[in-house]
Amino acid sequence: MRARVTVYPRREILDPQGKAIRAALERSGFEGVREVRAGKSFELDLGQVDAAGAAVRVAAMCEQLLANTIVEEYEIEVLSGAQAGATGGSAAEGRQVR
Amino acid sequence: MRCGVVLFPGSNCDHDVFHVLKHVLGQEVTFLWHEERSLKACELIVLPGGWSYGDYLRGGAMAALSPVMQAVREHAARGGPVLGICNGFQVLTEAKLLPGALRQNAGLRFACVDVYLRVERTDLPFTSHYRKGQVLKLPIAHGEGNYEHFDAELDRLEADKRIVFRYVNPSGELDPAWNFNGSARAIAGICNEAGNVLGLMPHPERSSEELLGSTDGLGLFQSILEMTVPKVAGAPRKLMGVAR
Repeated sequence: MRARVTVYPRREILDPQGKAIRAALERSGFEGVREVRAGKSFELDLGQVDAAGAAVRVAAMCEQLLANTIVEEYEIEVLSGAQAGATGGSAAEGRQVR
Repeated sequence: MRCGVVLFPGSNCDHDVFHVLKHVLGQEVTFLWHEERSLKACELIVLPGGWSYGDYLRGGAMAALSPVMQAVREHAARGGPVLGICNGFQVLTEAKLLPGALRQNAGLRFACVDVYLRVERTDLPFTSHYRKGQVLKLPIAHGEGNYEHFDAELDRLEADKRIVFRYVNPSGELDPAWNFNGSARAIAGICNEAGNVLGLMPHPERSSEELLGSTDGLGLFQSILEMTVPKVAGAPRKLMGVAR
């Protein structure tokens, strides 16, 4: 089972990097972009676990290490199938946002 | 006082702290490697500035999980003084020994400049050598020193008087133009509830000798040396981290 974790600065907190990128997009002629959020993404290969177990484990990883929930929020996608590079289905199996 | 300076892979202000404690203040100092599980009977623990483990993920995040930090945690729980400077402050927040988080500077730039700090309280073991409201000139050198926390937590820090140093202008007034990293409530340094763990972004060790242009940081180390440290010898064995 694989999972993808995306970590963003909390919405309430100023994201200077996202703001700078938005301004640079505008200068490059891409007008109308209202917001850019700059975050980071992790892909985890969890080995043999079911989707429910994976979601619980990855949430614990986010709380303890992958995100600093004082300033960041995270989103977990438990992946299966082609999207995860395996055989079978193709859609994300679950999405969890905190 | 027996002082220990923790060495993480990437620490680079370790020798500066060692120098001030040993050669300026005549104390016994030893380095503590990050893989150590014992603090070698040190009474004061300093987490110095620099980097740690490449600061992968977030500044201080990897270091907070290193073996030596378990011993530091136990030392702090016993009331032993712990001082985190710059990256050391980041490590202390990531280790949850201090509240809040240090984010990328609001201006997105690494800030290497002298700043002015106002001493907000002098009843701590770290600040007894200062006057309340005294303005100190100390250098900062960091890219991630923008202190942040939830509003309610910031209110609580204020109410509990745990903000020890704030960025101010040379006249000692709060002034956004002199808050170089954009820290919430102009926070430059905070302490834990018990007052024995202090973290600050500016570098007192770089302003402890006339030769360096300011001796304003020396008072912080002098203050600690006067504090009564819980006796190390009487500590339970497991608290000394000898269970290797």
